[in-house]
Amino acid sequence: MSTFDLSSNSNTEPARRRANTTITPQGTPNRRNTELVMLAFAVLVPMAAYANVGLAIDKKLPAGMLEYGLGMGALALIAHLVMRRFAPYADPLLLPLATLLNGLGLVMIWRLDKAGSLLASNYPAAANQLMWSGLGIAFFIGVMLLLKDHRILQRYTYISMVVALVLLAAPAFFPARAGDFGAKIWIHIGSFSIQPGEFAKIILTVFFAGFLMVKRDALALASRRFMGLYLPRGRDLGPIIVVWLLSILILVFETDLGSSFLFFGLFVVMLYVATERTSWIVFGLVMSIGGAAVVAMAEPHVKTRINSWLDPMAAFQDPPPPGTSEQIGQTLMSFGTGGVTGTGLGQGRSWLIQFAAKSDFILGSFGEELGLTGMMALFVLYGLIVQRGLRTAVAARDPFGKLLAVGLSSAFALQVFVVAGGVTGLIPLTGMTMPFLAQGGSSVVANWALIAILLKISDTARRPAAEPTPEPAPGAEPTRT
Amino acid sequence: MSDLTLTVMRLGFLAVLWLFVIVAVQVIRSDLFGTKVNPRSARRAAAAPAGAPNRPPQTQQSAAPAQPRQRRGAPTHLVVVQGSLAGTTVALQGQTITLGRAHDSTIVLDDDYASSRHARIYPDQTGQWTVEDLGSTNGTYLDRQRLTTPQPLQPGMPIRIGRTVIELRK
Repeated sequence: MSTFDLSSNSNTEPARRRANTTITPQGTPNRRNTELVMLAFAVLVPMAAYANVGLAIDKKLPAGMLEYGLGMGALALIAHLVMRRFAPYADPLLLPLATLLNGLGLVMIWRLDKAGSLLASNYPAAANQLMWSGLGIAFFIGVMLLLKDHRILQRYTYISMVVALVLLAAPAFFPARAGDFGAKIWIHIGSFSIQPGEFAKIILTVFFAGFLMVKRDALALASRRFMGLYLPRGRDLGPIIVVWLLSILILVFETDLGSSFLFFGLFVVMLYVATERTSWIVFGLVMSIGGAAVVAMAEPHVKTRINSWLDPMAAFQDPPPPGTSEQIGQTLMSFGTGGVTGTGLGQGRSWLIQFAAKSDFILGSFGEELGLTGMMALFVLYGLIVQRGLRTAVAARDPFGKLLAVGLSSAFALQVFVVAGGVTGLIPLTGMTMPFLAQGGSSVVANWALIAILLKISDTARRPAAEPTPEPAPGAEPTRT
Repeated sequence: MSDLTLTVMRLGFLAVLWLFVIVAVQVIRSDLFGTKVNPRSARRAAAAPAGAPNRPPQTQQSAAPAQPRQRRGAPTHLVVVQGSLAGTTVALQGQTITLGRAHDSTIVLDDDYASSRHARIYPDQTGQWTVEDLGSTNGTYLDRQRLTTPQPLQPGMPIRIGRTVIELRK
């Protein structure tokens, strides 16, 4: 006892007494103060962007700047206070990162509203997006309050499967509307439209995690080795074929390449993590490329996407050949205009990508106005979110939590890859939204819920195992001899 | 608004954005290397070879003859070395660690050969870490011997439950 470091925190005394060296955690074990500082920073950066846009376009500071900043700060502060109470040990970075990306997205949508008012197809979207962001944070708080422990979700494994299937299938049965632009991924109720696929992403991850946790031993069995790969037994191929067929059905009936790729990719990643067999990844790649190639032959919408990926500039020929789209070409031009350091916020012309400039192609605007430097920063921010998610998975002490955290972060990562890859011309374009940045209510709300679940897992994983007791508890004595 | 101001604003904003990224990475850095190991006092530090505080096992072995108390080599964490949870560590802070398939266990074993409340590891009244089998079906093995009574644990002794192997480490 006499050898203590007196400056140390007293509630870890027993550990000290037994330890040879004094282990001092840097800062408090729960890192809420770090989070508060980062959160303040994350609110200030979009404020600076907002001021920058106002100064560049109107030559003065935007009128509602103080209200906007205070409003966003208040929302973030409420989320932070809820976390202090309900997830005190959770990761300190996820909330500030999400807040920053959401804030930057709002500023860019507002900026496109202003510049694009010259165009007939444009309508103001920033206020709407702000409302959805507020709703997203409300969802975040709701998950924090209602989800006491992520392991509860394990009980709903098969219910999640049914709910996710209903959500995925629903858009195919609802009447399409003008302005759906090819993919049938919306449900319209009155003047309101939601994309159920965004929510299905989270619910399906819960199902995959619960299912793979139980079945992974069977799926990890290998029958024979072939070219350095352990091949699974034929009958174990069942689940992957079912999910593959499902993703092909989405592709055929809703013509949505993005969701199809996301769900299949998510399953393959989780299968790989659960079984540690590389052969699943090989199977997954072969099946998805094969499936996509066959569907691309048949579906004109998918075919257009592939054509404009192979030759983005074909659409600028005079006359444009049929089955091409000029969007990717326009986006590539906006990246080119941006160069290394960009044109500066409010000084680009990316609103010339008229339709979907605020949703699928918002990265084009960022690329033009912030340049390569800014884009790299954005990708690092996304990478940090994914890294924190995977770190949470490593730290989690229960297999379901591990799989769920891996699933949620890889769903997020796949979505970022699919959108960014599509917009930059690396892979065929798919109609998905960039998480947090792009205009789209369902996407913002669903991603806030996703972050909340990750934080909840992280809180459980980083919580000290139990309250350390000064003396061994009476219950710790041997009960049997 | 002059071009100069706009250029300064443009570059300034990029700098602020990257500053955020760098600060965020710093937060993770201290998160990954979250514990700082200090020699406890001058007297103890003299007993341990200088410059070795970041290699605790060696330090403790060489310090053991000088301080023959068993508390000297006390383990600081528990590591899962084999099985589906391999790599998981739990810091030992005087709390009881329960092992089993039950969802409220400290370490939830996803192992076909584990019972729902399989075993527990706890410090006894003298502070010696002890492992006790809680009447499991397939047994808990310490160094290939099936446990029948609570056994004291030394760092590095493998505890086997089904396909999972757990060790205490210093």
